[in-house]
Amino acid sequence: MKSKKRSKLEKKEILTAYLFLLPNIIGFLLFSFFPVVAAFIISFTSWRGVGEIKFNGFSNYIELFSHDTFRIALGNTFYFSIGQVPLMLAISLLIAILLNQKIKGLKIYRALYFMPYVSSMVAVSFIWMALLHPTYGPINLFLKSIGFTNPPSWLGDVKWAMPTVIIMSIWKSFGYFVVVYLAGLQTIPSHLYEAATLDGANAWQKFRNVTLPMLTPITFLNVIMATIGSFKVFDQVYIMTEGGPGRATTTIVQYIYQTAFQQFRMGYASASAVILFLIIFIITLFQYRGQKKWVNY
Amino acid sequence: MENKDKVLQEESWFEKIKEKIDPKHRKLISKLLIHAILIVIGLCMLIPFLWMLSASFKEELEIFKFPIEWIPSNPTLKNYASIFFNEKYNFGRFYWNSLEIAILMTLAQIVTCSMAAYAFAKLEFPGRDKIFLGYLGTLMVPFHVTMIPLFILIKAMKLVDTPWALILPGAFDAYGVFLLRQFYLGIPNELSEAAKIDGCGHFRIYAQIILPNVKPAIATLSIFTFLWSWNNFLKPLIFINSPEKMTITLGLKTFVSEYNVEFGKIMAGTTLAVLPVIIVFFIAQRYFIEGLALSGIKG
Repeated sequence: MKSKKRSKLEKKEILTAYLFLLPNIIGFLLFSFFPVVAAFIISFTSWRGVGEIKFNGFSNYIELFSHDTFRIALGNTFYFSIGQVPLMLAISLLIAILLNQKIKGLKIYRALYFMPYVSSMVAVSFIWMALLHPTYGPINLFLKSIGFTNPPSWLGDVKWAMPTVIIMSIWKSFGYFVVVYLAGLQTIPSHLYEAATLDGANAWQKFRNVTLPMLTPITFLNVIMATIGSFKVFDQVYIMTEGGPGRATTTIVQYIYQTAFQQFRMGYASASAVILFLIIFIITLFQYRGQKKWVNY
Repeated sequence: MENKDKVLQEESWFEKIKEKIDPKHRKLISKLLIHAILIVIGLCMLIPFLWMLSASFKEELEIFKFPIEWIPSNPTLKNYASIFFNEKYNFGRFYWNSLEIAILMTLAQIVTCSMAAYAFAKLEFPGRDKIFLGYLGTLMVPFHVTMIPLFILIKAMKLVDTPWALILPGAFDAYGVFLLRQFYLGIPNELSEAAKIDGCGHFRIYAQIILPNVKPAIATLSIFTFLWSWNNFLKPLIFINSPEKMTITLGLKTFVSEYNVEFGKIMAGTTLAVLPVIIVFFIAQRYFIEGLALSGIKG
């Protein structure tokens, strides 16, 4: 008697569980799960979004690597990532350490640094486009007024365009990492610093032997997140340079956007999307394995 | 080794300066130095926004005058008027669209995610862990990878160029489920067990015990979902074509590239896009900052 009643209860609980899950899982399967699977399948077809779907094996992937625009886009994205991530995290850590020195006005500083992060990339891209205008922009007018007769044309210069996009992107997002680092610094127990002081350690030695090791889990997470974010770079490039001058700032996402939504080569564009996924997948894998190896808890 | 020596040398140089300074003043000087650095960086953050605000009230010819006139001598509302009363690219309309999409998406996400999270965290059912693993798996795949199939799907549903194209895919976010599940797990089971003994059904436990306990998490999730929707550009760029349905980010970009407009109007547009978000941020700073540590994955 008893066990029968219980299984009835269990059945009721299972039904309740599915009812709770239902509204979300329908949308999840349709809008999240299906597109993930479909992205891989479409990448092996020559589909243009309408008409018959024809599989063409790996030919999209082979074509991808024979196109120099894709290779340049891939190279530019790596350039962006390598240029942005280490510099941004170093600045964030430095500022977080300064903010952690029990100074007054912490909240005001933190809010200031965080302001660009909450603003839209589109809006701040327009602001920087105006500030960096080669002839009328206040930045170049200022440089001229202090004696640089021939300042670079920033976004219009093949060599300067990418570094400019990188600096602007650091300006936009470092506030986030400051907040995360600051939270991490506040969890380091003060007795570790006291012990180091007793041992006669100076400020640099404390940083090197207490702060940095204690922060490795957070640094590791920040590196992974910033790197994944950097591979998705699109808005600022699309607004400020449209990938130019020439192809100097064309990135992977922009290449996907162009081939899919301007040339309507859905199959081919999906292949480049899969490459982007593989890069992100490898980074994530690295995170799981690295967490065990390098992180001191 | 050489490197280490160099560091040591630099240190001793640093120590020498330090020794010359009266110990009483050392603390004060280092505090002042810290503030100086923080203020300079703070100004780097603030100045572009101040320039934007100031330019948005200026005539085109005055914007690029140098030295910069921070407070316009002849302030004008012309830029704002022209983008608000523009027939084709009406910023009032963009505002309404962005607001509508962000609010509906946030509400739908909170409802569906908080319910699904309850099932994952507090109920037993066959296949639970496998389904949850499926949710986690899609977290790794960014929108940029799935946007092509998603576009084809939305097109097949005849939703392209409607607000639903932006609302629906965001309403069932796996990340929201993941985040809320973590919070639910932190609520002791004794609470819901006690309620069960009192004869409460699962829906009442969810609504009257679980939800009130995770209010801060829901506030954080709402703020970030809203913000993400308001600032998003790629999704509207792909899904929306007609000017009367555009969001503020897409409207601004399309307006600028179609008319090759002057910077005064662009700055009025960016001010409109950025100001509400910054105001909300200063009011609800606590939720932004606290939420960040928890909601790190979203980007």
